[in-house]
Amino acid sequence: MNVETSKVDLAVEAPLPRFRMSPLTRRRWATFKAHKRGYWSLWIFLALYLVSLCAELVANDKPLFVWHRASAYVPAFVGYPETAFGGQFETEADYSDPAVRRMIADHGWAIWPIIPFSYKTIDYDIGAELPDGPTSRHWLGTDDQGRDVLARIIYGFRLSVSFGLLLTLFSSVIGIAAGAVQGFFGGWTDLLLQRAIEIFQSLPLLYLLIIVSTMVQPGFFTLLGVLLLFSWMALVRVVRAEFLRARNLEYVRAARALGLKNGKIMFKHILPNAMVATLTFLPFVLNASITTLTSLDFLGFGLPRGSPSLGELLSQARNNLNAPWLGVSGFMVMAIMLSLLIFIGEAVRDAFDPRRAA
Amino acid sequence: MNDVPLLEVENLGVNFRSEGRIVEAVKGASFTLRRGETLSLVGESGSGKSTAAMSIMQLLPYPIASHPTGSIRLGGTELIGADDRTMHRVRGSRIALVPQEPLTSLNPLHTIDRQIMESIRLHQRGISRDAALARTIELLKLVGLRDAENRIKSYPHELSGGQRQRVMIAMALANEPDLLIADEPTTALDVTVQAQVLDLLQKLQKQLGMAMLLITHDLGIVRKMAERVCVMTDGVIVEAGATAEVFDSPQHAYTRKLLDAEPRGRPLAAAEEPAPVVATDALKVHFPIKGWFGKPRGWVKAVDGVSIGISEGKTLGVVGESGSGKSTLGLALLRLIRSQGGISFRGERIDTRNTGEMRRYRDRMQIVFQDPFASLSPRLTIAQIIEEGLINFRPELGRQERRDAVRQILDEVGLRGNILDRYPHEFSGGQRQRIAIARAIILKPDFVVLDEPTSALDMSVQGQIVDLLRELQEKHGLTYLFISHDLKVVRALAHDIVVMKDGHVVEHGSAERIFEAPSSNYTRDLISAAFDLRARDPAPSAAPSSP
Repeated sequence: MNVETSKVDLAVEAPLPRFRMSPLTRRRWATFKAHKRGYWSLWIFLALYLVSLCAELVANDKPLFVWHRASAYVPAFVGYPETAFGGQFETEADYSDPAVRRMIADHGWAIWPIIPFSYKTIDYDIGAELPDGPTSRHWLGTDDQGRDVLARIIYGFRLSVSFGLLLTLFSSVIGIAAGAVQGFFGGWTDLLLQRAIEIFQSLPLLYLLIIVSTMVQPGFFTLLGVLLLFSWMALVRVVRAEFLRARNLEYVRAARALGLKNGKIMFKHILPNAMVATLTFLPFVLNASITTLTSLDFLGFGLPRGSPSLGELLSQARNNLNAPWLGVSGFMVMAIMLSLLIFIGEAVRDAFDPRRAA
Repeated sequence: MNDVPLLEVENLGVNFRSEGRIVEAVKGASFTLRRGETLSLVGESGSGKSTAAMSIMQLLPYPIASHPTGSIRLGGTELIGADDRTMHRVRGSRIALVPQEPLTSLNPLHTIDRQIMESIRLHQRGISRDAALARTIELLKLVGLRDAENRIKSYPHELSGGQRQRVMIAMALANEPDLLIADEPTTALDVTVQAQVLDLLQKLQKQLGMAMLLITHDLGIVRKMAERVCVMTDGVIVEAGATAEVFDSPQHAYTRKLLDAEPRGRPLAAAEEPAPVVATDALKVHFPIKGWFGKPRGWVKAVDGVSIGISEGKTLGVVGESGSGKSTLGLALLRLIRSQGGISFRGERIDTRNTGEMRRYRDRMQIVFQDPFASLSPRLTIAQIIEEGLINFRPELGRQERRDAVRQILDEVGLRGNILDRYPHEFSGGQRQRIAIARAIILKPDFVVLDEPTSALDMSVQGQIVDLLRELQEKHGLTYLFISHDLKVVRALAHDIVVMKDGHVVEHGSAERIFEAPSSNYTRDLISAAFDLRARDPAPSAAPSSP
């Protein structure tokens, strides 16, 4: 979310000769900081997202570093054939194979990540019925295919948040542009676009996705595209209202009297002033995007099978009611992630509220 | 009347707490008010005069506001810290308030009789409905609302500004208060209505023997109404005394500055009959009133058949009350709104040009708006605001050249120092208006529309802006269209004057001729209201409240 904010802010400040926080921005930052819950939520969220961005270093079934026969290897980043360690196969070494481990241990050593499993690693050595509960080997247990739940959550968090951020970014760009055009020109442009949006909005999203998923295997970007078709409308109303209000203000008239072209008036004069309402809305759009993805995954219309998705974890929890660790972990992750975002959103809203910042 | 003052305010202090800082709005103000006396608190915006008055009513936003010192006694009763029950008995009954903005002070969903009767029945328990109604009608007659019996069922939006203010006064008088606090009671009203309302207040005060605390920034009103005056600045009363004495021999520097600030001087002498820069031929601006399916049901004729011409280097003043179409005329001349009828600029017809073609002319015709707070984009720095026109019309200039040009023009409008990278909100109203003027003249235009450039400013700043405009006109040979409702300002700048009413030109001629010998009654009304604050009709109760 902060990634988002700073991006937009930079766009606003860009025409400045040198970067300087305007007093207004500084006061808003102070208000945001004073909002303790939101401020801490922001840092916790950033820390979590940063950790999940480095998921390969935290949860991986390949060692981070191997010292073998006086040479160094970084299997987490580069694939080495098994023959490199004295094995027989030309294919990439399977570091969870006891034979390979022994070969490495005989002639050197390896540093493993904290969680020695990736999201798709199937642990064949459990020896118990799947899904298996939390043990010292799998801190949050495994799912019904023997994959480590914690590893899947870390990867799933990254996927969900990244998806949400991208969707929010694209849908705000489109939504702001559409809202700006409607509000600025008004009249027939506004009327026709408004009606078109209303019709579009009443299309059932779920059916459309079912149809799409029968035709193509929806991947990350297909899903992003399809959801984008529907999510850009969230911001249109807000931006349109701001532009409708601003287009008759005197500073816009003054810009017109200076002979400025419409595009320039819209983006240089009105948009920065409409940004407040938009920024306030963004955390909630982000939350909605994440929830949509999760629910699609839950229903099985989302990302391809095997992807580390929180929705899939929840649907496994429903199918394995005897394994409460699945449901509890899935629920906790979703609840914490969405709450953090809402808290941040609240703080942002307060920071931008002109009545509070009197 | 006995000798004990009705109201004693002693060493009053008011602090506001905001984001951990304490702002001292009023510092040690003391004044007294006897029965039947009028005291005026005069000062510029932000001087603490309204805050002082509101603390008498104990209507400040406590606990954000607090009184570190002082005492307010009404007939011997302490009001600071008085409990709610005491204050309920005082407010609306012993002390009444006439607010500045009558539209927002009346509840738009209630009829006026209901609002007045509410006040009567709240303070006079046991009065019957009929008696309250009769009293309401009596009050409305007293404040000169014509046809009161039939009008009591009106909603606020059905009344004009002047009528609404009369209703507010009736409401304030409902319980025969001892003290009437009038907070800028005429600022939101047109000049002719302003004079009527002031006459009414004066007459009622005599009639009912009330004390009146009049808060205003307008020295003309003080001179007309008040026996004693307190001059406030920065929360401190710097001078107090009988009005005549204070005005004749001001002791404090600030009072002298206020008195000197009234716009003075006369327009520059201009060559005889130079070529016209802008001329219109039967210009019309009609706004459609939408009916079913967008078909116009009728037209609001904001400007209806106005033919004017402005010669090079001269100033045409456009005067009229609000709603007379004078601002619309200014916008139409610059082709910023749609209009019918001919407009020519330096002999070329511009009314037939489309938006794109008009851009070629934009560097030669500019506009300065009324409200300097709304006319500068809050998110752009001063340099960005002013250089906008240069970027557009002089693309060959480099960044440094533009900044030099901006610095030079700021110097010319009297803003010095390193302010290029600051934001508008860091400046006062007068400074902002200078910035807006700098933006308009940096392209060296021929013609500038000045749409009430002084009316949102404090009195002491108005005079400076008028002087600045005159200087710039002399230096650059600018041609002005000066729109204003304030005839004092117009007299200081305009060579010719157009008087407008309801979209029509009522009178058109040289400024001297119009001020010396106005030919229409309407113009005479405007002049006497502006210079003597006198409603021309001797009996305001019979005067029609102008719409």
